[in-house]
Amino acid sequence: MTAPASTTTVDLIARFPNSVSADARPGYAGFIVNKESLLEVATAIRDEFGYDLLTAVTGADYIAENKMEVVYHAYKTTGGPGLVFRVQVERADPVEVPSLVGLWPGVDFQEREAWDLYGIKFTGHPDLRRILMWEGFEGHPLRKDWKEAFFEEEAKPFKSRWPDGQHSYVEFKNPFRDNLNFPKDFDPEKYQPENEKDLYSSLERFSTQTEDGLKTDQIVVNMGPHHPSTHGVLRVAVKLEGETIVGLKPVMGYLHRNHDKIGERNTFLQNIPYTDRLDYFNSMSNNFGYVTTIEKLMNIPVAERAEYIRVIMAELSRIQNHFIFIGMLINDLGSMYTPSLYAFEERELILDIFEAVSGARMMCNYFRFGGVARDVPDDVMQKIKDLVYDRIAAKTDEMERFLNENEVLVGRLKGVRMINAEDAIRYSVTGPVLRAAGVPYDIRRADPYSIYDRFDFDVAVRYNGDMYDNYLIRFDEIRQSLRILEQALKQIPEGPINSQKPQYQVRVPAGEAYGRVESPKGELAYYVVSNGKPNPYRYHVRPPSFVNLTAIEHICKGSKIQDFVALLAMLDIVMGELDR
Amino acid sequence: MESEKLSLPNYNIPDDLQNVVAITTLDRLYNWGRRSSVWPLMFGLACCAIEMIAAQASRYDMARFGMEVMRPTPRQADMMLVSGTVTKKMLPVLIRLYNQMPEPKYVVAMGACASSGGPFKEGYNVVAGIDKFLPVDVYIPGCPPTPQALIAGLIKLQEKIDKQSIKKVRWYQKGKTDANYVPMPVLGPDLIDVRRSAEYKAAAAQKEGAE
Repeated sequence: MTAPASTTTVDLIARFPNSVSADARPGYAGFIVNKESLLEVATAIRDEFGYDLLTAVTGADYIAENKMEVVYHAYKTTGGPGLVFRVQVERADPVEVPSLVGLWPGVDFQEREAWDLYGIKFTGHPDLRRILMWEGFEGHPLRKDWKEAFFEEEAKPFKSRWPDGQHSYVEFKNPFRDNLNFPKDFDPEKYQPENEKDLYSSLERFSTQTEDGLKTDQIVVNMGPHHPSTHGVLRVAVKLEGETIVGLKPVMGYLHRNHDKIGERNTFLQNIPYTDRLDYFNSMSNNFGYVTTIEKLMNIPVAERAEYIRVIMAELSRIQNHFIFIGMLINDLGSMYTPSLYAFEERELILDIFEAVSGARMMCNYFRFGGVARDVPDDVMQKIKDLVYDRIAAKTDEMERFLNENEVLVGRLKGVRMINAEDAIRYSVTGPVLRAAGVPYDIRRADPYSIYDRFDFDVAVRYNGDMYDNYLIRFDEIRQSLRILEQALKQIPEGPINSQKPQYQVRVPAGEAYGRVESPKGELAYYVVSNGKPNPYRYHVRPPSFVNLTAIEHICKGSKIQDFVALLAMLDIVMGELDR
Repeated sequence: MESEKLSLPNYNIPDDLQNVVAITTLDRLYNWGRRSSVWPLMFGLACCAIEMIAAQASRYDMARFGMEVMRPTPRQADMMLVSGTVTKKMLPVLIRLYNQMPEPKYVVAMGACASSGGPFKEGYNVVAGIDKFLPVDVYIPGCPPTPQALIAGLIKLQEKIDKQSIKKVRWYQKGKTDANYVPMPVLGPDLIDVRRSAEYKAAAAQKEGAE
């Protein structure tokens, strides 16, 4: 168990008086680092100040100030608050910022995302290709001067919809009569797409000669995006030497639904249902992260009863996620359907509770700023108690009894290396995968949010870092969630469920906030910038799946191709939040 | 369907041959075979796919309607269940899968996104409805549709199959062997539907200002 460190202010300015200054804008915190000395300062932050986990890298476009910004959020794996540092550069196309991929390889995909969506060129990045859109796409969509094809107005509610209600089909307003935007004088017949060239050149194929003179070719195998075991529409190009993986590049963006761009048009409240659709297994956890972030910005209290309801829902969500994880993992190992049917049986019971409190099985849209949308009725509370006290614990034991000693499962999982603690931290891996590698880092303990500091629970941790540990830790976490639930169900008080009046437009003061929660898959964080208007100026989701996947090449190199599907399943990715 | 239902009422079958002989049309026999084993393509796109899995799991059990045999390869599938948001990046893959499916083939648009773009319609990477490219047979509303809604939609598809005639369906027409082929879209500066390229060119020429 890690105790939260005391909040010591880092004296970065005293260490680098010439290249670091404090961010003086109201509502902002952290340090502004000169572009030229970014690498030096970042090295000091990691090695001297001990912020070893760089969780988020993202861009922001301040068009009025003619500036672009790259924001870094670093944390200590021993716990405690984080450190924000940022680089500001003049707005241009493209903007150049040094890459931190040499210090923290975990920023690889996030820097590629910032390049893709903002056109920020990270010098020194070894493989800076577009990641969510395809090569050849016109423009960098998150820049404030880039308008999508169905652009109507800067911010919702659109005047055509409210209050007049004079809307028409948005297709008719677009010259191409569709969700399309071509440059002027574009001739589709003469266009030559070159989408795939860069992917394969990043995996350069070459042939080698073995000792006895046998010439062998390495081959590239494509897997997905339509593949039954990729957990959605992920595509992976794997370079093989015989059966051994020697290189691997995931290709994503097949479910890139533009959460960030749509989120910046939406009002703050309108974003809550969108967060449901990020990690569609855990809409409650997603809601939790988002409202926590906005409450940080608004600086409002949360009703006491609502806090407990939130924790209960989030932990129930974690339990069903881990059940599904186990079912799907064994599905991927070759035992089609049967174990996942057991998992889905429990999930349905938990979804019943979600449906009873929120009205929807999957997309709950349940949390509000300052509380939750509806109270939990007594009979539903009784149902939760029955589940928590009787059923789930028994079913967890049952699953473990069926599976843990299963010869096939043990044979496939035990001793198959995944990632060690040091590499997991370098690659910014969070969640169960990090804890199975021996790092007891759980945001509920390390940097407690909501009321998690009131509960007595252990951070599940295992030390071998192989696949079997990664599998067992899910059961450990279910047990710890049950412990939290038991305490929460005992302590939950009566009272109002929202500290605020119900309102459509919340007033959010200018500033930035980075709110993070321990979602079942890892650290789920939102980076929101408000400029005092009814809409967020910058809305960024830091999804655990996306960042955890950065390590996939490192994890898989040297493994056999047969284990790849299981290794991918262990990361517990979900495409909705991976691609956003 | 029992044999009484399959028989046409206009012919009298002698009593001793009841339940042994059935007289029917080829269409009805053919449709009865088709509708009772529609094999969906095992293919999840987004959130709706999870409800699709839930519909197959123990509580809802889609197998009761003869639709549970999910095929991972399009060459063995009869029906494409578009379960989620179709993005521009994904669309060429989806079209290729559709073209690889043998006929007769059906498309079901599950959920708001597949039907119209749904909550993500305004997104720059989202196709506003799969029906701009594929002939959709059944639309299932919901975000995501509950398993009950999904099963109701699939029963609608069965009803549609019941009404089809071998003479009239588009895939048995003479001289129209590739009537179902959809040309592959191309990923350019934006999504290029090659069937509409002349239209795009004309609109791009008239566009104001250089971008």
